[in-house]
Amino acid sequence: MSLDSHSSDPMNPGLVERKFKVIGSRVARPDGVDKVTGRARFGADASAPGQLVGLVLRSPHAHAQIVKIDTKAAEKLPGVKAVITSVDLPDYTNGDRSMLDILENCMARKKALYDGHAVAAVAAIDAATARKALALINVTYKILPHVTDVDEALKHTAPIIHDHIFTEGTPQKSEMPSNQNKHASYGHGDVEQGLKEADVVISRSFKTEQTHQGYIEPHSCLASVSPDGAAEMWVCTQGHFVYRNQCAILLGLDANKLRVTSSEIGGGFGGKTHIWAEPLALALSRKANRPVKLTMSREEVFRCTGPTSSTSIDVKLGVKKDGTITAAFAELRYHGGAFPSTWAELGAQTAFACYDLKNVQTISKDVVVNRPKTAAYRAPSAPMAAFAVENAMDEAAKAIGMDPLDFRIKNAAKEGTKSSYGPVYGPIGIGPTLMAAKNHPHMKAPLGKNQGRGVACGFWFNFGGQTCVDVNITPDGNVTIAQGTIDVGGSRASIAMAVAEELGVTYDHVRSTIADTSSLGHNDMTDGSRGTFSTSMAAIFATRNAITVLRNRAAKTWEINVDDVEWKDGSAHPIGKGHGNLAPLSLKDLAAGAGNTGGPIAGHAEITADNAGVSFGTHIADVETDPETGRSLIKRYTVIQDAGKAMHPSYVEGQYQGGAVQGIGWALNEEYVYGKDGRLQNAAFLDYRIPVCSDLPFIDTQILEIPNPNHPYGVRGVGETSIVPPLAAVSIAVTNSTGVRQTHIPMSPPRVLKSIQDAKAK
Amino acid sequence: MALSHIIHLWGALRPFADGAPTISVSASTIRELFRILTEKYPGMEPHIKRGVAVSINGQIYRDQWDTPLPQGAEIYLLQRIPGG
Amino acid sequence: MGVHVQTTINGDAVEFACGVDESLLDVLRNRVGLTGAKEGCGTGDCGACSVILDGRLVCSCLVLGAEMNGKSVETIEGMADGNVLHPLQQHFIDGAALQCGVCTPGFLMAAQALLRKNPDPTEEEIRFGLAGNLCRCTGYDKIVRAVQAAAKEMRG
Ligand code: FES
Ligand code: FES
Repeated sequence: MSLDSHSSDPMNPGLVERKFKVIGSRVARPDGVDKVTGRARFGADASAPGQLVGLVLRSPHAHAQIVKIDTKAAEKLPGVKAVITSVDLPDYTNGDRSMLDILENCMARKKALYDGHAVAAVAAIDAATARKALALINVTYKILPHVTDVDEALKHTAPIIHDHIFTEGTPQKSEMPSNQNKHASYGHGDVEQGLKEADVVISRSFKTEQTHQGYIEPHSCLASVSPDGAAEMWVCTQGHFVYRNQCAILLGLDANKLRVTSSEIGGGFGGKTHIWAEPLALALSRKANRPVKLTMSREEVFRCTGPTSSTSIDVKLGVKKDGTITAAFAELRYHGGAFPSTWAELGAQTAFACYDLKNVQTISKDVVVNRPKTAAYRAPSAPMAAFAVENAMDEAAKAIGMDPLDFRIKNAAKEGTKSSYGPVYGPIGIGPTLMAAKNHPHMKAPLGKNQGRGVACGFWFNFGGQTCVDVNITPDGNVTIAQGTIDVGGSRASIAMAVAEELGVTYDHVRSTIADTSSLGHNDMTDGSRGTFSTSMAAIFATRNAITVLRNRAAKTWEINVDDVEWKDGSAHPIGKGHGNLAPLSLKDLAAGAGNTGGPIAGHAEITADNAGVSFGTHIADVETDPETGRSLIKRYTVIQDAGKAMHPSYVEGQYQGGAVQGIGWALNEEYVYGKDGRLQNAAFLDYRIPVCSDLPFIDTQILEIPNPNHPYGVRGVGETSIVPPLAAVSIAVTNSTGVRQTHIPMSPPRVLKSIQDAKAK
Repeated sequence: MALSHIIHLWGALRPFADGAPTISVSASTIRELFRILTEKYPGMEPHIKRGVAVSINGQIYRDQWDTPLPQGAEIYLLQRIPGG
Repeated sequence: MGVHVQTTINGDAVEFACGVDESLLDVLRNRVGLTGAKEGCGTGDCGACSVILDGRLVCSCLVLGAEMNGKSVETIEGMADGNVLHPLQQHFIDGAALQCGVCTPGFLMAAQALLRKNPDPTEEEIRFGLAGNLCRCTGYDKIVRAVQAAAKEMRG
């Protein structure tokens, strides 16, 4: 528990085995009371004097040339203070194509690329006037042929969406524009040879439909730009520093003059890692010279923000009768919406990552279609790949008469395995989660009529990234923390716990808040499960730096050498000969005397928390399917995942449960439905049905703690992996409950019914 | 004297090295590796600018360019991974 | 053009003027300054805007502000007794029944309405009682448990 001057570098992430006092307890979160009393302020809960209402006009067409936009009538309407089109957002991106894509997604330039694509925006004194103004904007479109399906988009006959996209990554340089923006391949060994050695070959094609992150809080921001170029923005986001940086580039502002304050965030799951309407609010405010509040409707959220890719995946497995996998192959086709992406490639990297394979190859095709630009959704791309691969594994095991869980255990990756995406693994946790599943009472529970059980595992990378933290000791001896990573699910509590632990004080003395972009250095987004992992690491280092200051102050007070001061249990203690009669100085004592020992006491840390360590989980699902209607209900569900060290177990369980239920919704109900006209048919929660309370049982969790050697407390990211196995686990369970292999997600009642009828007809 | 390493390239980088899956580079840190790559294979520069992750003995680094490349380490270049 | 309305909100007499097509949710948020009720959808599908109107749980986005004359509205802001949290509020915090917390005001109002009608609900009754409220973060596990714990405490 002590950190003395003789210990190594205070910024060394290396794990030291220790007994925790605060970490691992279930303290109350600092924002709890505000959130249960309605006082917490989310994106739409702020207002500014003189604010205008911003609204966006969106394309009703999936693909159309914008011939002309006439805004005159709208501008003349009394109460309208600004109308903008792409003309008001000139291209400042300086040849950076990916920034230009972001700009073009925020506001269509020459073409509308999907139903819901912004084409103009207004700011008016109230919502009614703004709505009238939108109706007065006259856009002349020339409708172009569209394509919304990932496989259709790859056909020769498909309309080409962008003539600047040529397939990248093919062995031969492509000469013609294409809807495939990227081709990639991963793997090792010789798949052809492996298939020849197999006793059984499994070959299947799978499809998954597009889903939305479905956060309950729509996007909202309040922007204010002054004529001198200084600007402020209040916004719900997973990364206010990144929003600041990107908006500054797109509007030609200096980043230091744009101060972004993050609101409480009502869910994001990846969907609030991208800017959408924020540049429009800023541009409207700049033009009107008044604050503009722009809040999306739920329909807009569905039509133009965040969805994940729909996919089409082929898998081939070769296995020997003894359970050895001789070959594994997958081709994965994912779309990025109307803009180039690398989602398929990410699927190709993760697809077989749970397994130890001699011959493996994955091919990815990233595709553009006339749908909204897809955003990351919790472990992006991995759930669909796991769905396809795990079903093939299940089928292979059954084909050779082996228990599917034993088959996975036999083939699981381990330390020294060459991963399917390239590198050799260090110590990893897939084996322990599979063994925990095998020994879990859930596996032995009997199943009823029309019920089936499915087990599946999943992998996610996790990462760290840029993070900085300030720890300040207040004059009364308490502690404030300024963190720059957004708290999406209780991380402020975990960060305060880490600082309390390190400092040797109790949790109630420490409080963490999210600093605005002018009060702290750059921080990356809260994504990639990095929030608690990287911020706690920075907070621990900042605290160690503060402790160095505290020891110095004690040394000054006692007029002894700093090497003779030790920090222990929240106080400075003299060590060494001759200082035995000096009473320890508490944090409170040192804070009170700070003015006379050198001024305020603080510690800072700026880090790049690389090396987060990969993550694995195994899920068990029991499902009951009504053979008459095809409707499936989850009867029991268990999540097993490695957390490294669970800082606040309640919030780790919460991440496991929340991710599992999002995956269950994806598996059973959720999908974007596009009509022949290329328009989204179900942009509302009524028709896009996310799971409700009565659809579900309690979600059991088992937290494994295999310490991460690269974090001082052994912490691993936990936020994302929990959404990877459910599509697979639930579909295998439905396969078992119906006796028909399920290959198309979501398994909505009509789709399952049809699969049963088709199987009977054969 | 920097040590010579075998660098494994992911698919998208191979065309810039005439399709080779691995190349040999003498570098002692990620920064030096990237500098040499952009000199020898200018086509890789846009990728490196967009972000390349480096796996060193199975540990993935995205940002810390000071990270040393130890002798005999297994080094993979991977596309930079986004999250949700 | 506006309609003048006299109503009771959380026990206080409140007067406001609003447009004929303005929802109670808009009135609460934009005219009365109570932003605890949230707009998740505006179409009655998410429950984030739940309030109790004359003892009945409603989606305030589906009710017109102009029709509030003489009615009594309870919102999340009136749930605590002074500075003492309601047992439901306390158990939501203690049981980690919120992650982002944007659904929380709606769930607390729905749970309040449920427990008034049925102080000793089964797990199933709780699940159906809260089925009009969407939460995307928690998977509902800890929400159901927090309601069970609060109900137990309230029964004494
Ligand atoms: S906002 Fe009223 S139900 Fe969603
Ligand atoms: S806690 Fe985020 S929606 Fe319920």
